[in-house]
Amino acid sequence: MNKQPIIETKHLFKIYKSDSLETVALADISFKVDKGEFVAIMGPSGSGKSTLMHILGALDKPTSGEYWLEGKSVEKLTDDELAEIRNQKIGFVFQAYNLLPRTSALKNVMLPMVYAGISKEERFARAEKYLKMVGLADRMWHTSSQLSGGQQQRVAIARALSLNPALILADEPTGNIATCQAEEIMTIFKQLNREGHTIVMITHEPDIAEHAQRVIYIRDGKIVNDPKNNFKPK
Amino acid sequence: MDFFEIVTEGLGTLGLNKTRTGLAILGIVIGIGSVITLVSLGQSTQRSVQAQIQSLGANLLTVMPGAVREGNVRGGLGGRTTLTLDDAKAIVDLIPQNLIKNVSPELNGRSQITTAGSNTNTQVIGVTPVYAEVHKIEMAQGNFISQREVETMAKVAVIGPQVATDLFGEGSLAVGKNIRLNNQTLTIVGVTVSKGGTGFMNQDDLVFVPLTTAQKQLFGQDYLSSIAIEAASDKVMVQAEEEIGNLLLTRHKIANPQQADFSIMSQQDIINTATSMTGTFTTLLSGIAAISLLVGGIGIMNIMLVTVTERTREIGLRKALGAKKKDITAQFLIESVILTFTGGILGIILGIAASWIISFIINTGFVISFGAILLAFAVSAGIGILFGWYPARRASNLEPIVALRYE
Repeated sequence: MNKQPIIETKHLFKIYKSDSLETVALADISFKVDKGEFVAIMGPSGSGKSTLMHILGALDKPTSGEYWLEGKSVEKLTDDELAEIRNQKIGFVFQAYNLLPRTSALKNVMLPMVYAGISKEERFARAEKYLKMVGLADRMWHTSSQLSGGQQQRVAIARALSLNPALILADEPTGNIATCQAEEIMTIFKQLNREGHTIVMITHEPDIAEHAQRVIYIRDGKIVNDPKNNFKPK
Repeated sequence: MDFFEIVTEGLGTLGLNKTRTGLAILGIVIGIGSVITLVSLGQSTQRSVQAQIQSLGANLLTVMPGAVREGNVRGGLGGRTTLTLDDAKAIVDLIPQNLIKNVSPELNGRSQITTAGSNTNTQVIGVTPVYAEVHKIEMAQGNFISQREVETMAKVAVIGPQVATDLFGEGSLAVGKNIRLNNQTLTIVGVTVSKGGTGFMNQDDLVFVPLTTAQKQLFGQDYLSSIAIEAASDKVMVQAEEEIGNLLLTRHKIANPQQADFSIMSQQDIINTATSMTGTFTTLLSGIAAISLLVGGIGIMNIMLVTVTERTREIGLRKALGAKKKDITAQFLIESVILTFTGGILGIILGIAASWIISFIINTGFVISFGAILLAFAVSAGIGILFGWYPARRASNLEPIVALRYE
């Protein structure tokens, strides 16, 4: 069986240039993530883990290097194709939740489905299903300001799940949340992983990272420790 | 995402930000409303002034004394006492019939008029019967001044409806009653039909007396304030004006037309003068309207630009969730269009309503300029759509993560 990795990066560099200053955020990142894995990426702040995550989520572009998502080269895609990838293949969970303000949980969850061209009835049904799954069935009509941080993050997870993406990327999903609520979030992630979703998560809390099967350490834009670093760049 | 959906989404988003939406619409309403109102005000004033001048009579030439140069000083119009009844008679006798139809010598003065119990101050005009024909006077009660009354220096008067109301009250019978002016008692023989003027052009606030009575008994002067001449047709106006001018120059023994001690104004001159006056007024109002439009436009622009930060993040998020550039563009265009059209329609309704109310209050005709509506709408809509769409387009060109982190 052809075991194609869901994520494969080769020599990723991201360099920010401002006037005379050059900041290297990512320096030669090469790694693979297989289908069904639950990976945690750890590292001190400024290590480049968020930058890596944004590139993996097709929210940002690397300065150089290759990124293959399900065997497709991402950097060759047009803007609209990238939008489709973000929409269909990736569910992104942000540290700051990023819900639409003054909008109900239900509408927030339905938003990606609007851009996927799913019918109104179907959207509603699916949003309801995923909100139930994250335990917010009774808060569907609440706006984000009426929800706690943990609840908002669960809405964001329901939104990430709404188009049933192969890959879920979570950028410090528990970073802004109380510990007890963080456990709930991790329970949801583990369940999703058992159901077959591939999850890549950034965290700087070791006890959160413990939930993952594989922990990759990044420092100064480089992978310093990866238990499964079997990838040999060509 | 079909069109209906985009519109529903747009309405939803606008509904979520009621303050922003309300302020943007207000800017458009005020911009458009004030332009329509001010332009309408200017145009209806202009039209009403023209109509009033037309009502003074058709193909009219007016000879007035004065306008003489003494050194470098140009005397005021009507400041000289050079026109006489003989001049008027000469015009009747010597100017060919195919050029002029009627000649009406007139003497104006202001006088306090009293009756038992009330009084008014108004313009008194000494006239001959021709006056009614030249100036299109019609009678509501009684008769106009007759030739016999002029010849006999009769102590009679014809009053305008405004004077009748001022002296005797609304709708009362004035004919047969007496009025006193300049220590003379005159009997009212007629009341004219209202011409509906206002202000300094009021054609209803006049008292007519026989010319001879005015000259000899009221004002004690032999000269005329003006001679009104009705030309045979509008085609011979210029020729008539020339011939009358030459005749009067000869009669007054003036060789150089530059030194003329009279001036002839055709009704067209008066209309042109008035039009240029009201035109200035309209231009002024249009200037104010343009400023309102500019202020409204800046209001719209500010509201649109102030929310750029919030909206840029929203665009970043929408892109992160899979919105394509055309989705973003469509959303923001539709939002701007809904905003500007709602504001535009409200502004047009407000402008028309305000114009109608003002025309009603100041008693001019109700004129609406479609050009003004179109221009005001186009400018506000243009600004609204441009500043709604342009920042959105810029934001949608950013990488999603850059837009999400926009500050």
